[in-house]
Amino acid sequence: MKARWILSVAGVAMAGLLMVGCGKKDEQKTDAANATASSDKIVIGVAGAQSGDLASYGLPTLNAAKLVAKEVNAKGGINGKKVEILPMDDQCKPELATNAATKLVSEKVNLVIGHICSGATKAALPIYKDAKVIVISPSATSTELTQSGDYPNFFRTISYDLVQGKAGAEFAENTLHVKKVAIIHDKGDYGKGIAESAKTALEEGKQAKVVLFEGITPGGVDYSAVVQKIKNSGADCVIFGGYHPEASKIIIQMHQKGLKIPFVSDDGVKVDTFIKTAGADAEGVYATGPQILADNAIYKKAIEDHKKDFGSDPGAFFPQAYAASQALMNAVAKAGSTDYDKVAAALRSEYVETPVGKIKFDSKGDAEGVSFSVYQVKNGKYELVK
Amino acid sequence: MASQQLAKNFKQSVVAALWLSFLTMPLMVIRVDTVEKTITWRWMHLLWMLVGSFVLALVWYFLMDRRDRGGANDGNLNTEAAPSRFSIWLNNPRVARPLMAFGLLFAVAFPFLFSMYQTNILISALIYVVLGLGLNITVGLAGLLDLGYVAFYAVGAYAYALLNYHFHLGFWAVLPLGGILGAFFGILLGFPVLRLRGDYLAIVTLGFGEIVRLVLQNWDAFSFGPSGISNIARPGFFGVTYSVSQATTYIYYIMLAFVLLTIFVTARLKDSRIGRAWLALREDEIACQAMGIDNTKAKLLAFAMGATFAGFMGVVFAAKTTFINPASFTFMESAMILAIVVLGGMGSIPGVILGAFLLMLMPEYMRAFSQYRMLLFGATMIVVMVFRPQGLIKARRKIYKVNTKPAGQA
Amino acid sequence: MEYFLQLFFSGLSKGSVYALIALGYTMVYGIIELINFAHGEIYMIGAFTGLIVAGLLTALGWPALAILAIAVVVAMVYSGAYGYTVEKIAYKPLRNAPRLAPLISAIGMSIFLQNYVMLAQTPDFLPFPRLIPDLAFMQKYNSFLGTSDLLIIVTSIVVMAALNFFIKFTRMGKAMRATAQNRKMAMLVGVNVDQVISATFIIGSSLAAVGGVLIASHMGQINFYIGFIAGLKAFTAAVLGGIGSIPGAMLGGLVLGWTESFATGYVSSDYEDVFAFLLLVLILIFRPAGLLGKQRAQKV
Repeated sequence: MKARWILSVAGVAMAGLLMVGCGKKDEQKTDAANATASSDKIVIGVAGAQSGDLASYGLPTLNAAKLVAKEVNAKGGINGKKVEILPMDDQCKPELATNAATKLVSEKVNLVIGHICSGATKAALPIYKDAKVIVISPSATSTELTQSGDYPNFFRTISYDLVQGKAGAEFAENTLHVKKVAIIHDKGDYGKGIAESAKTALEEGKQAKVVLFEGITPGGVDYSAVVQKIKNSGADCVIFGGYHPEASKIIIQMHQKGLKIPFVSDDGVKVDTFIKTAGADAEGVYATGPQILADNAIYKKAIEDHKKDFGSDPGAFFPQAYAASQALMNAVAKAGSTDYDKVAAALRSEYVETPVGKIKFDSKGDAEGVSFSVYQVKNGKYELVK
Repeated sequence: MASQQLAKNFKQSVVAALWLSFLTMPLMVIRVDTVEKTITWRWMHLLWMLVGSFVLALVWYFLMDRRDRGGANDGNLNTEAAPSRFSIWLNNPRVARPLMAFGLLFAVAFPFLFSMYQTNILISALIYVVLGLGLNITVGLAGLLDLGYVAFYAVGAYAYALLNYHFHLGFWAVLPLGGILGAFFGILLGFPVLRLRGDYLAIVTLGFGEIVRLVLQNWDAFSFGPSGISNIARPGFFGVTYSVSQATTYIYYIMLAFVLLTIFVTARLKDSRIGRAWLALREDEIACQAMGIDNTKAKLLAFAMGATFAGFMGVVFAAKTTFINPASFTFMESAMILAIVVLGGMGSIPGVILGAFLLMLMPEYMRAFSQYRMLLFGATMIVVMVFRPQGLIKARRKIYKVNTKPAGQA
Repeated sequence: MEYFLQLFFSGLSKGSVYALIALGYTMVYGIIELINFAHGEIYMIGAFTGLIVAGLLTALGWPALAILAIAVVVAMVYSGAYGYTVEKIAYKPLRNAPRLAPLISAIGMSIFLQNYVMLAQTPDFLPFPRLIPDLAFMQKYNSFLGTSDLLIIVTSIVVMAALNFFIKFTRMGKAMRATAQNRKMAMLVGVNVDQVISATFIIGSSLAAVGGVLIASHMGQINFYIGFIAGLKAFTAAVLGGIGSIPGAMLGGLVLGWTESFATGYVSSDYEDVFAFLLLVLILIFRPAGLLGKQRAQKV
């Protein structure tokens, strides 16, 4: 009896020893990183889902940061210092996000681009706040992140749920003049947030009625049942909160079932991948998003660079991530250091030319200068609705 | 002899490399875009694949040979393999006591020796140690395959988050409540599945876990849905408020105490009356019943005991991350906890501890490999299982030496 | 009534997909009593192989139906080969190991294959050409059932029938049944068990590939993660119908498809999975071996 008990504790001890081995090495590396960080490098952490089911929303951000860093480095870096990108995977899970955040904090990184999901961002922000780290997210849309005023260190280049949901709802009732709206979401924090603010906006507007409010399981093999339900509800418009894969499946099945009513969606759908996957069925779909002018040279170049470096079209939230990287690096350059207060001040005062427009950040951390518009797919391209 | 073996392995590896290259050819080499009608060929990948899989195959066959040769010795079914010299050495109190003292000392000093990140991931690992030990009761001891264990973890986490949000109840007040709620849900799950065996039990528990997650995800009025609950209070200590890094250290010590307690409780349980009943239940339900053990009670108790630990850990988890949403309680999480138990060695306490450290810390230390880390993680799980199917540390059964002189012949 | 029928057909086509994938689970389980968690990934690899073939052939300008046929065949071959290899690497060395060991290596294999495809191809969603044409005579039934739904349903029925025939009447089929009943006995009467197990994996995997290509073509997109949910659902269907039983997989798939469809239609799609799992729990409580599973008395 006693022996076994001792053995168990010895097991812990051994595991502990194992840890020392690993830990020591890690610590040394960290020291090395610190030493170099202060001298000739500026390290920027890029945190988000880089593996797992949501990797397709996190990896485009990493690519965007790499591209901007490459460009900045090609021009000699920021104030003579090279920019280095440090990827941190969180799989969009809160607990992994706190691990990623403490890791970045321990490595004395004080500039972070990320996180991708609102949930992971909420979990990580208290740690960053405590350690005075600047965080810019390209895709965390939860309204409270900026509007609550809890996180002075948080900035974002995407407009939040309240704005996006409202924009879609107002467009549906004022421009499309629809009377019955079916709201569908993907049960995620992003999609449901948008769906709920759209619902609130419609209820306040009193011009259109919400006849259906439903969540679908992302990744499902078939959505025809929910499409039949939309049809049965007599809706003359669908507002969808969520990402492009589900949007494309729903629109395809709607058309198959002969349901041809306007489809209004969000930023997560306003990507070229959506047009590719939905093909001809994408025609006529509306999506709200930041205004990207067709002749925006920066964006064109960004896409070209992405194709050259990674061999494919950029994915979701790429323009926002590109803008975030540019804004951050510009702020560091203007501030002359990576000092928290100086960089935060520079982010709030210095305008930057980005794919999403000429932006700076307001006191709460939301981007100013991003004009938000409704787009429609016409001839296989998103075009501004006037 | 040895060279013959080598030649054979070499040939096998060539075949394996060719086969794997053929297999991975389309996915590795070709990339198509059916909209733009472009095709990208990446022949370089094929070359890497050939060389890489050849080397891996060589190592694989070499290790397989060793395993099979070793297997002839200790693979005998009916004997408990003689304890290795190492474990005898470890069991020697003269060695074990100082080692234990050192381990404890090290664990206590840990937060002061290493950075907050190290402490933070160690807390995660310790949480999983307790979860693993809890599930070990249900799966390892009682033999009830539970694929929905994470549901109890979620129950504890949401109990704390919601009570903290609505009534500002503190960590210490909710901690026992989390355990009780966990046990309650354990019994709730236990009742309907009493009749089920093996894999049917597995799928029903999986379904139960998913139901709990889906309800948390969809019932907004109750659980705030997918947007989760943020700003959950960290544990307090008589009204003292801590900074993040101090709080981390504090939670670390709470967890350390918890782990020691759990090890103690599970070790005692294993050798208790009910522990013996569980083992009997695992080996043969009918024989167990025939021996006068109340199967129903034993099963429900196994579920409830396992779930209690998950409930406790849920509370600690919520307090540690300060934010929870249903994304943390997916089926993969249950699978991970089960993997800890099986990989470490079912029924073996040090094994489960080692398994938790391995599976939780490995992905963290593999961050340097960034995108490849989950690939390596999956591969490690396969390799460990293939070469150590009993788990890293095999559970040793207590052997009673009985004087076997038949009574009749004197 | 029309609404009911619409939901009925939605459930039918969804259920057929589940059934196609569930066959692989059920066959493997019947023979070696292993929940093959990597099966969903085999389905995904089938879809990807189909995409690559389709990409190559569209570039050559072949007609859609021919591409579909070839894509299905090549995907079947490759998925079969993957299934075979997965068994050899991750399960065969564990044949005499404790029961849970292969389950864990299956989960490891599933994680490995997902990440392998993500790294080899892309994490993003890829468009899959919609190769199933809309037949003219189906136009007026479109609100109930599209051409692709019909094709999926017919395919799964044909496959199911063929498989049943194969199991009942061919030599290999008989060997499979013998192995499923008692592996040791089968060995004694001269069945090459290794071969039988390999054949099971190959057949199950190629059937998943059929489902993979058809569904991808129906939905117009794939990525590395599509196998996870499909696999989980198919596994549920297999257990529902009685794991190990081939007609059971079909029935389980359909029951699951209908449950989800009607739950969505009459209650809310928020809770469709809750209903699916609740049904599963209820059925297993009253029939602990599934709908068509053999209710075996416990040997004493």
